[in-house]
Parts: sequence; C-alpha cells; structure tokens
Amino acid sequence: MKFKIIAGLVLVLSVIIASCGSQEDMEFKRYYLGGEQLYKQRCQNCHGTKGEGLSNLIPPLTDSTFLKTNKKQLACIVNNGLKGALLVVHGKSFVGDMPANDMSPVDIARVLTYVTNSFGNKMGTVTSEDVARDLKDCK
Amino acid sequence: MRKLATLIGVILLYAACKSEDKQATLPIYGNRDTKTITKDGKKVVDTIYQTIPAFKFVNQYGDSITQNSLKGDIYVADFFFTTCPSICPIMHRNMLKVYNEFKNVSDFKIISHSIDPKHDSVPVLKKYADGLGITGNSWWLLQGKKDDTYNLSTSYLVRRPEESAKELFIHDGYFVLIDKQKHIRGSYDGTDEKDVARMIGDIKILRAETNTQIAQ
Ligand code: HEC
Repeated sequence: MKFKIIAGLVLVLSVIIASCGSQEDMEFKRYYLGGEQLYKQRCQNCHGTKGEGLSNLIPPLTDSTFLKTNKKQLACIVNNGLKGALLVVHGKSFVGDMPANDMSPVDIARVLTYVTNSFGNKMGTVTSEDVARDLKDCK
Repeated sequence: MRKLATLIGVILLYAACKSEDKQATLPIYGNRDTKTITKDGKKVVDTIYQTIPAFKFVNQYGDSITQNSLKGDIYVADFFFTTCPSICPIMHRNMLKVYNEFKNVSDFKIISHSIDPKHDSVPVLKKYADGLGITGNSWWLLQGKKDDTYNLSTSYLVRRPEESAKELFIHDGYFVLIDKQKHIRGSYDGTDEKDVARMIGDIKILRAETNTQIAQ
C-alpha cells in the first residue's frame, strides 16, 4: 500500500517535472524561431547571416563574453540604438552607428533569444519580462 | 552510315559550342546608335555604344577624381551613403570580396558614389574607408555635387536616387561593370552574394578580353 502511494507520487512528480521541462523548451523554441525571423528582417543586413558583422564598421555578435557581461544592456542597445564607437567587441571598437528599433518588449526578447543562442552563443531564453525590467534601467 | 554522319554532326556541333564557350565575351548594354563612317574609301555603318560621361568628384583622400583618373581601368561603380541602415552594409560586405580579389590588380578599380554628400564629407568617407579596412587606391569613395551624382546615376542605368521621409534615401543596390572604353558590360545585384560571385567571374573575362585585344 505504502509502496503504491510512493510510486504514484514519484510518477506524478516526474510527469510534472517532465512537462515543465518541455514547456520551457517550447517557450525557448517559440522565442527563438520568432527571433530568427526578426533577425533576418531587422538585423541581418548589418550584423550578417552568421553574425559576423562588417570589418570595423559593425561589430560581430559572436563575442559570448561581451554578450554575457553586458546581458542587462542588450535590450537597451536594441531599443535605443547606439551612436559613436562606444563598445569594445572582440577587442575592437566600431565606426558605425546602431539605429534605434521600434519593437515591443516581446519582440526584443525574441530577437535577443535568437542572438544569444546562435553564432556560438548559448545563454538561454530572454523573456519579455527580462526585457521590460532591463529597459527601465537604460542609461 | 547515316547514323554515323549524324553522330559526327553532333560532335562537330558540340565542339563548336565548346570553342565558343572559351572566348566568352560580355554583352555591351545601354542605348546604341549607328553612324555611317568612311573607312578605306568605303562607307561602313558603325555602332556607337552608350558610354559613361565625364565627371568630377573628390575621393576619401581629398583628391580630385575625374574620368581621366580611371583611364585604362576596368571599374565597378555603385551608389551608397555611409549612414545607410538598409542595403549598403550588405552591398559593401559583398564588395569587400571584390576588393580583396582584385586589390593587387593595377587596371581594376571600385568607385562608390555617396548620394548624401552633405553628411558624407571627405573626413567621413575616410573614416568609413578605415572602418571597412580599405587602403590604397583600388577602391575610391566619391562625393561631389549632389545633382552631378544623381544625374550620373542614370548613365549607369540605375534608378535615380530619391530622398524619402526621415532623411533617408531610396536607391538601387546594383554594381555596374564598366570596361576600358567606358561601356557598360554588366549589372549585378550587390545585395546578392551569388550575383556578386558572378561579377567576379565576369571581371576576369573582361580583363582577359582587353588583354588579348591589346596583344593583337
Ligand atoms: C544599421 C546597422 C545595424 C542594424 C540594422 C543593427 N545593428 Fe546592432 N549594431 C550596429 C553597430 C554599428 C553597433 C556598434 C555600435 C557602437 O559601438 O557604437 C551595434 C551593436 C550591437 C550589439 C552590441 C555589440 C555586439 O556586437 O554584441 C548588439 C547585441 C546588437 N547590435 C544587436 C542588434 C540586433 C538584435 C539588431 C536587430 C534588431 C541590430 N543590432 C540591428 C549596427 C546595426
């Protein structure tokens, strides 16, 4: 009897954990795939199909250390743009300007999920809540 | 016997095609006119092809550049502006491949006309050139009177640029290939990697063509 209850509990728990996992997975995939479309439409011309950037004009999106260190700034960069060679990516600064983007927080979250999990980066999902929070602290 | 003849015919045809392949030449584009001239006492009809008219601009080093500066050169021309957020980064990512392929070739040049001379002053063009990583004199970024540039664009058979809202510009992303006689020999979509690869092949054909002509 006792054994049956424990077995039942274990079963229920593992079902919950498994479905949670796959739900997170689903959420990641939704963000990532939406982000891929947005990237193609709004970012790829400058940052390149492989995130390679353009010489010393436009930075690549392949510097995982830069992206991790500046994780909380990324939403602001995408939303407000950047003027005047401010960033140092892969040890270089860049001549070009990054334009501001008129995008909703959920779209920014999608495109950032794509960027931070492509081109050799692996940082997990960026949610629209993360973006909304980070946008409040833009410098 | 008949069969054999057909076979020989087919082989001959194939061979003919092959040899034509080898001496591939590029077409000449643009309007053409005919003129009757007298050659060796006989009247012959000569075809006059459209050519790129004279111009005068300044490059990223502040040097004055005219058609004479391109004398004896094959060149590729395009139209851009340094703050272009849309197609120009793609065009110049592709043009860099062309630059790297031919930068040590003395009779080849690239000229990129800025359609926003008000913003793209000589120092701005120089900074852009440095950012792109181009040096020397094989790729010039040119600016001058806006009307001169816009009028010239139509000679390259590209759409005349237009200013649109938000001070952006609408323009074509074509790379136009010009031979040593200033004829238009090709027009390629500068935003399409494959078309630009085709242009690199065509530049080689054009260089071979002019080199054999000189040898003859
Ligand atoms: C017009 C070209 C252009 C477009 C379009 C563009 N960027 Fe940028 N981006 C830049 C430039 C230039 C910088 C560097 C600015 C500086 O250093 O001042 C930059 C910087 C960045 C950075 C931080 C530096 C790095 O390389 O990690 C990120 C992240 C980024 N862009 C993401 C995006 C995303 C996402 C989009 C699409 C929504 C986008 N960019 C669209 C030009 C562009």
